[in-house]
Amino acid sequence: MDAKDILGLPKNSFPALEKKSRPHKESHRKPDGISREVYALTGGVPPLMPSLDSSQLKKKPPSHEKITWQWLPFTNSARKDNLQLYHWVRVVNGVPPTGDYSFAKYNKSVDVVKYTDEEYDKYLTDPMWTKEETNQLFDLCQRFDLRFIIIADRFPSSRTVEELKDRYYSVSRAILIARASSTGDVATHPLVKEPYNVSQEIERKRALSMVLSQTRQQERRDEEVLVEAKRIAELRTPAKAVEESQLAPSNAGAEVTGRAVPGETASPSNAQLPSITFPDNASTLASLRILRVYLRTYALDQMVQATSSSAGPRTVKRIEQTLLDLGVNLKPRVPTKAVCAEHLELRKEMLTLLNLQKQVQYKEAEGSPFRDGSYNEAPGTPKDWTFIPDTMNFGGERVSKKDQKRKGHGHPSSSAHKRPRKKASEF
Amino acid sequence: MSQPLPLKRQGEHHPDDGASPIKPSRLKIALSSEDSDKKNANKRLKDVEICVPIVYGTTAFYLGRKASESQSHKWTVYVRGASNEDLGAVIKRVVFQLHPSFNNPTRVVESPPFELSECGWGEFEIAITLHFHSDVCDKQLDLYHHLKLYPEEESGPQSTKKPVVVESYDEIVFPEPSEGFLARVQNHPAVVVPRLPAGLNLPSPVPIETGNGKERGDTKDHPLTQWFLNFSEADELLKLAAARQQVQAHIVKLRRQLSLVEGMPQLSKPPSTYES
Repeated sequence: MDAKDILGLPKNSFPALEKKSRPHKESHRKPDGISREVYALTGGVPPLMPSLDSSQLKKKPPSHEKITWQWLPFTNSARKDNLQLYHWVRVVNGVPPTGDYSFAKYNKSVDVVKYTDEEYDKYLTDPMWTKEETNQLFDLCQRFDLRFIIIADRFPSSRTVEELKDRYYSVSRAILIARASSTGDVATHPLVKEPYNVSQEIERKRALSMVLSQTRQQERRDEEVLVEAKRIAELRTPAKAVEESQLAPSNAGAEVTGRAVPGETASPSNAQLPSITFPDNASTLASLRILRVYLRTYALDQMVQATSSSAGPRTVKRIEQTLLDLGVNLKPRVPTKAVCAEHLELRKEMLTLLNLQKQVQYKEAEGSPFRDGSYNEAPGTPKDWTFIPDTMNFGGERVSKKDQKRKGHGHPSSSAHKRPRKKASEF
Repeated sequence: MSQPLPLKRQGEHHPDDGASPIKPSRLKIALSSEDSDKKNANKRLKDVEICVPIVYGTTAFYLGRKASESQSHKWTVYVRGASNEDLGAVIKRVVFQLHPSFNNPTRVVESPPFELSECGWGEFEIAITLHFHSDVCDKQLDLYHHLKLYPEEESGPQSTKKPVVVESYDEIVFPEPSEGFLARVQNHPAVVVPRLPAGLNLPSPVPIETGNGKERGDTKDHPLTQWFLNFSEADELLKLAAARQQVQAHIVKLRRQLSLVEGMPQLSKPPSTYES
């Protein structure tokens, strides 16, 4: 009767299928141990992270031991007095735990050398330090575990941290060497191998504080120098090895890129550099300096690329269009140092202007997205632009005009469409 | 037919070919002589930027009656100082790479004025390579210029009197000149040297070997001088300043607008959006 009987197939599905269905089913079953509603609160699916198996939460392995908790006294080997305190102790089968107080092992201290008077007179005298001072120093070191900042603070006469450290380390070193049976024994001890160098330490700390208190200007200049140094290093190592083999092909390559950027140097070690755009002015300047000789137009080109690398190609186009509208050559006709500087600044200011415009547009769009008249008003108040020649409206007026015609014509200009589309999506 | 090449004296020593990739003499060369000047001459000055304003381009005359199919124009390609000063103190020689259809398309000019004249009929790109003196820079610099023979406006027959001139202004920048170079060109009219830091002791200048010292290297009284274009930065600066002012004014206005918009309270949205 059954189709499967007729065909002679086994009644149950294949074991592989069975196994597959089981894990599939399991994820839909609610786990035991917690109620259905509680499980549903978690979203009805098992958590991503493996958590405690809920079945284990209720059941505990039945212990074969008898556990009681008792309020018992204890002593701490880390204490010097024999203070006896009490705490709860887990007693297993009537046997309290043995061993020291578990936190006693954390009571560590530094082994500060202790010298005798004879040793002091023999090895440790120093014109800058009296015996009394040295004793005081070592006492403080012992008490405060070599925390020199505290020691310096508590030291009776005013000594710098470096002086204290120097005295401590040289005394310890001298004692170590003196007590060693032979010099070879202690040669590997860190104190002997690397003695404390006061002047170096002072210099190091001074340098650190200088770096910390650097102004932004200095930071940038340092960055520049480091970048330049890195590039010099990079240039020197591969340039030598690779120069011979790359002489022919890279010259051809340099010429190809060179056509677009006149004035590029043709020597092989420079061939890779000029096409890279740099994210900031510092590295552009550094790379220019490495060239040893370059054309002003090339330098300007690099700087312009660096500043417009943060902007998209459309923004760059708009900047260029605005430049032309204002009667400024995209590439200055007389590229002197002053002219190039002004040109660069102008481009940067235009970028700022465009960014500000965008901000204003977004803000106004936020404020009034649902008003009927918003399509006409939102792209900045067009009245403000009237005294500028029409072409310098940065696309503001154009957008609004095209908005009105939007339903009638399909304008191919993408910049005009971008904003209306955005508004539509907000509904 | 090419004119006799203005190949001046071939220098006997070419310590730096420009093509040989010698590591820049950044390190002080250990000289046997005790002359400290020589050692210092190679030291580089980090904060001094030497700049050489140049103009390069072509001047082309229509040959008129003398023109033939293959030679309709006589043109000159050159590199000159922007104020027509002698560039020989900086540039050692210039190599003009012409179209391969020319005989010996690689033309080398060993002394100023760095120019080359030829006859031809076609327009093409000329590659100009500047090689500097050894104490200036051992890397060469490439310029490219498109030779223009025919004037923009097709206004009837071409004149044989008025040439088609295309020039480009640029400045060669040496960001870290050697002291020797600086000492040599400190007061040279072709070179722009900024205010030097106080207390700078430059070595005494070592004159470089020049070609025939008698022939003038400047282009102030050159046959083509009357056609040279004027490049004044004043116009450009004015335009740029005016543009910047406009942009800055807009920025101020936008900033004000932005602060107003941010201060405005949010307009209430119509309730329709919350109805499902």
